[in-house]
Amino acid sequence: MTTYGSDIFERVKERFGKAEDDLSGTARSSTTVQHSILVLHFAPGEVAGAVKVLRDEFGFDLFLDVTAVDWPDRDPRFDVVWHFYATRNRVRVRVKTAVTLADPVAPSLTALYGSAGIMERECHDMYGIRFDGNADLRPILLYEGFVGHPLRKDYPKQKEQPLVPYREEAKP
Amino acid sequence: MNGRVIPIEAAGGSGKSAAFEYLTTRKDELIGWARKFSIFPYPFVTACCAMEFMAVSSSPYDTDRFGAALPRFSPRQADLLMVVGTVTHKQAPILLKVYEQMCEPKWVMAFGVCATSGGFYQNYAAVPGIDRIVPVDVYIPGCPPRPETVIDGIMQLQDKIARSQHLIVNDKF
Repeated sequence: MTTYGSDIFERVKERFGKAEDDLSGTARSSTTVQHSILVLHFAPGEVAGAVKVLRDEFGFDLFLDVTAVDWPDRDPRFDVVWHFYATRNRVRVRVKTAVTLADPVAPSLTALYGSAGIMERECHDMYGIRFDGNADLRPILLYEGFVGHPLRKDYPKQKEQPLVPYREEAKP
Repeated sequence: MNGRVIPIEAAGGSGKSAAFEYLTTRKDELIGWARKFSIFPYPFVTACCAMEFMAVSSSPYDTDRFGAALPRFSPRQADLLMVVGTVTHKQAPILLKVYEQMCEPKWVMAFGVCATSGGFYQNYAAVPGIDRIVPVDVYIPGCPPRPETVIDGIMQLQDKIARSQHLIVNDKF
């Protein structure tokens, strides 16, 4: 049985031919281990191929989540972050890619994981990341007519977009 | 019956036995007295305040002492809309629809600080107080409110019902 993570992490690193631990984590294409999670950075175009390798060759068969990180002062501004879990080896891997504000497009993984669809919809709601290949990016937590993406740092914290007109007496 | 709230006088003055022969009161107060002890709540329960709602409804605190325990899960049979927990903008149309389906007379209780003002949810999702959508009769603070606070709120609502005008009283009644 694989010891907790270390062996599979080495094999993943070898497979992708990445540099050894780069703890700065800022390089566009790097491999680090943070909190016993293997962290892989890829360019947006490489993500789908790399995840297919992770799934088919290393057994990362469970799509945990996809979310984004907004760095308001950075260009490219967003990190799109995926987490995968290998149920046989009981290890996790985190895949990151950076996308720009002008063109916030990441590849959809719905072809690899059926469960990716709704999580991509949530990420699209909250950060406005478009997932190329996901045909159904309707709002899932937000509602039709909501303007903007509330978890972006420049969304006004207390902005209200009510669905029901407020009562006259309640208006400030 | 609490004689302080509903003034009822025994006929005949002193010296008689304790059995009342007839009572006098105002029709308005009679209706108010009847209504304030038959508050059938509709629990619009959305969040963690539900735990406190269960605690205050069940035997240790027992809101049935105030006639306000038996929940009616049809808004058409309910008198009191108890909004227990955070209401989001996405949920606001449902709250309004439930309120509009309730028959007169009807009252609304904002149970807990989220229903009152949004509480600490000052963000894109939460309605900052349900009084923006429906009129509220009694606000209960706390996160969650103590059962004593809820009971105090129910008693204040009872006072309000007892004091208010009742449309059923007219020249034919």
